[in-house]
Amino acid sequence: MFFIDAELIRLLAFVLGVIGFVALNAAYLVWLERKEAGHIQRRIGPKEVGPFGLLQPLADALKLMTKNLITPDGVDPILFKIAPILVMVPAIMSFVTLPFSDTLVARNLDVGLLAVFAFASINVLGLLLGAWGSRNKYAVISAARVVSQNVAYEIPMLVIIVTLVMITGTLNLHEIVTLQTGGFWHWNVLKFSASPLMPVAFIIFFICMLAETNRAPFDMAEAESELVAGAFTEYPGMGFGVFFMGEYANIVVGTSLATILFLGGWDCPLGLFPGVHWFLIKMYALIFVVIWIRWTYPRTTFYGLLNLSWKILIPVAFFNLILTSAMLKVF
Amino acid sequence: MNAFAPNPTNETFVLNLGPQHPATHGVLRIKLVMDGEYVVEAEPVLGYIHRMHEKMGENRTWAQFMPNTGRMDYLHALAYNHNFACIVERAAGIEVPERAEFIRVITSELNRISSHLLWFGAFILDLGGFSPLLYAFDDREQILDLLETVTGSRLTYCYFRFGGVYNDIDENFEAGARAFVARMRERMPMYHALVTKNIILMKRLTDIGHVPAEMCRKYGATGPVARGAGIDFDVRKHEPFSIYPRFDFDIPVYHEADSMARYMVRMDEIEQSLRIIEQALGAMPEGPVMAEKVPKTLKPPKGDYYHAVETARGSFGIRAVSDGTNTPWRLKLRTPSYSNLIVFGEAARGMLLPDALALLGSLDLVIPEIDR
Amino acid sequence: MTAYFKEIISGTWSLFVGLGITIVYFFKPVVTLQYPHETLPMTPRYRGHIDLVWDEVRGTNKCIVCNGCMKACPSNCITLAGEKAEGGKGKVLTQYTLDFTKCSLCGLCVEVCPTEALDFSKEYNLAGFDEKDYVFDLLKRLEAKHS
Repeated sequence: MFFIDAELIRLLAFVLGVIGFVALNAAYLVWLERKEAGHIQRRIGPKEVGPFGLLQPLADALKLMTKNLITPDGVDPILFKIAPILVMVPAIMSFVTLPFSDTLVARNLDVGLLAVFAFASINVLGLLLGAWGSRNKYAVISAARVVSQNVAYEIPMLVIIVTLVMITGTLNLHEIVTLQTGGFWHWNVLKFSASPLMPVAFIIFFICMLAETNRAPFDMAEAESELVAGAFTEYPGMGFGVFFMGEYANIVVGTSLATILFLGGWDCPLGLFPGVHWFLIKMYALIFVVIWIRWTYPRTTFYGLLNLSWKILIPVAFFNLILTSAMLKVF
Repeated sequence: MNAFAPNPTNETFVLNLGPQHPATHGVLRIKLVMDGEYVVEAEPVLGYIHRMHEKMGENRTWAQFMPNTGRMDYLHALAYNHNFACIVERAAGIEVPERAEFIRVITSELNRISSHLLWFGAFILDLGGFSPLLYAFDDREQILDLLETVTGSRLTYCYFRFGGVYNDIDENFEAGARAFVARMRERMPMYHALVTKNIILMKRLTDIGHVPAEMCRKYGATGPVARGAGIDFDVRKHEPFSIYPRFDFDIPVYHEADSMARYMVRMDEIEQSLRIIEQALGAMPEGPVMAEKVPKTLKPPKGDYYHAVETARGSFGIRAVSDGTNTPWRLKLRTPSYSNLIVFGEAARGMLLPDALALLGSLDLVIPEIDR
Repeated sequence: MTAYFKEIISGTWSLFVGLGITIVYFFKPVVTLQYPHETLPMTPRYRGHIDLVWDEVRGTNKCIVCNGCMKACPSNCITLAGEKAEGGKGKVLTQYTLDFTKCSLCGLCVEVCPTEALDFSKEYNLAGFDEKDYVFDLLKRLEAKHS
């Protein structure tokens, strides 16, 4: 007779749920992106497949899946095939420790925040391997860009995180949210008692999140008008599809993290009816902003991005760190 | 000059940009010798869409070459129509009625705006911004609709004829053109707020992609490329043709010689074109739109003729040699993009790839016109 | 130092201005035409491929087989043939073929026609799999339209 741990079943259910959530999000964020881009550009966007084009992601996925999976001549077959998975899996792993509501969390790790960042850095590795493995000049240029971009942006992001950890005193994501409950004036983004620069810190975190997920205006890795498709140039069919889904999954992780760290997670702005719906509302609002930004700005250049990071974001982040520590010491 | 001085190593590689590449807008191929992301050498490779327009001209009657002119620079086809009409009229001594001249100027300037709008959209697309392209297309669509009502086509016009234009314009067109001028004036501040003043765009264009005046003179670059380098030259003002001297308009000149200067020249030119259209609509005379005495088979007297117009991309000149028969003996087409492109090889040296592509976009190339 | 902060502030402001513009457009109605579902009427001067004009009085085409259009055409895409009219003067059109694959819609043929027997059609929905689908027999088209 098998003894099945209730905890194990719960975990399995969560893993399935998380994978479903990520897949659904990856599919429907494409729809949202196309729809939002359409309306920003005064057109409708997808509308033919299903009502409001809602079945478009399914049609796209079907199309990608029916395509022949070519392994181009000269590529490193192992790296080439493993790279999309390396992008997708860490994104899913990150969800394990993200608390969606008070009870809805797969594994409430004490070092949850650290775990998320550990997983997030594997994403870069996936892109690097994929680009390197495809033996394409555009892809290699793209790989070099991805790595330096991510290295440059981890610093201000982590400095902001350190500030946040100093304020909350914990790495446990669940606890970080619990500390913010009770209305929007308790949220970290408005915690002026800790540091008057908290909204600025949130903006820096958001910018770094955009850069980490290679979203416009920092999409130099893909830069379709410069590098054709960057790291994904050689990828056919679902190989590209998985990269694409991984990218959206990373956006979901990034916005979820911003919601948890700065916007009070599942907390209601007025302190009423907290729950998973508030988490989702905040997360999708942030995703809306991410897409909105993409369809507004031109792309930055590589050195423009490094200039922004080293000349503006890092000094401001460090200033915020010092200010916060001083404030914490004084008050 | 460039943001970074290249640090030469021996590990260069050749990057084939094109002939199918999103940034080359057509079938232009550029052979780049790269050192990392720095361009060490850039060599444009031409001829992928060469159609022998000059040779075709020698095998067709003068009138039959007219549709070819609209297919060289498909973005400013009417200026090409205009030039060919003008040179044949000059050769054969045909007087063009005044009303026809006004119609030519109005339609040609509308076409210039549509060309600049498309360039604007495509240029921002090169820089990674997508929405301005569709806003520009929204405005461009108004021009195309307007021109369709008089010329019957939307892109490759064949509207001008020796001695006039194909058909007259009506009140609807005049009202539409006036409405468009008002609409465009309203839209320009939006473009400037959304794009020109955007810090990301300013950082990408200011002080980057220098094409100084000496380089323009060396390679014969004209149009906005030369005007962005401080060379005050516009065929409409300095070698006046048609009835341009009657209108009051400025030639925007910028001295910075960077990508931003070329961008600003074109944006200002849109406003100047609006001024010309407004004045022309106000002073439109009545009368015929076609000269009365145009011989059926045109045989310009023996001679060597030259005529140039200012297209959206620069000075377009035709040299026509007539031996007195009904077909040209020689037609030499001097197209502006060709000279403007050759600048790229020297100007792009030592630049980073994204900046080099911004420079390429700021030259406003139309590939069929380069290869013709 | 002031320039540094000024640039940050003005730059950030410009970014927000951009976001403001795009969000306004987001809520404005769309301007595109949903093409296969909606279509616009073509303007009277729209140049589709050429078509023969029906002569209401004589109940036939207006062509007098002068071959003007054939000679005027820069791309040699018009072929026509005619025969002596029975009993009367002039010629009757027996065949008029347009190779639309070569046509550049310049309108020289319409312009040169002395009897205004040619006009532009308003057809723009032209797509197909075979080049031969675009060699139009205009005389047959005209007869099919008026029979």
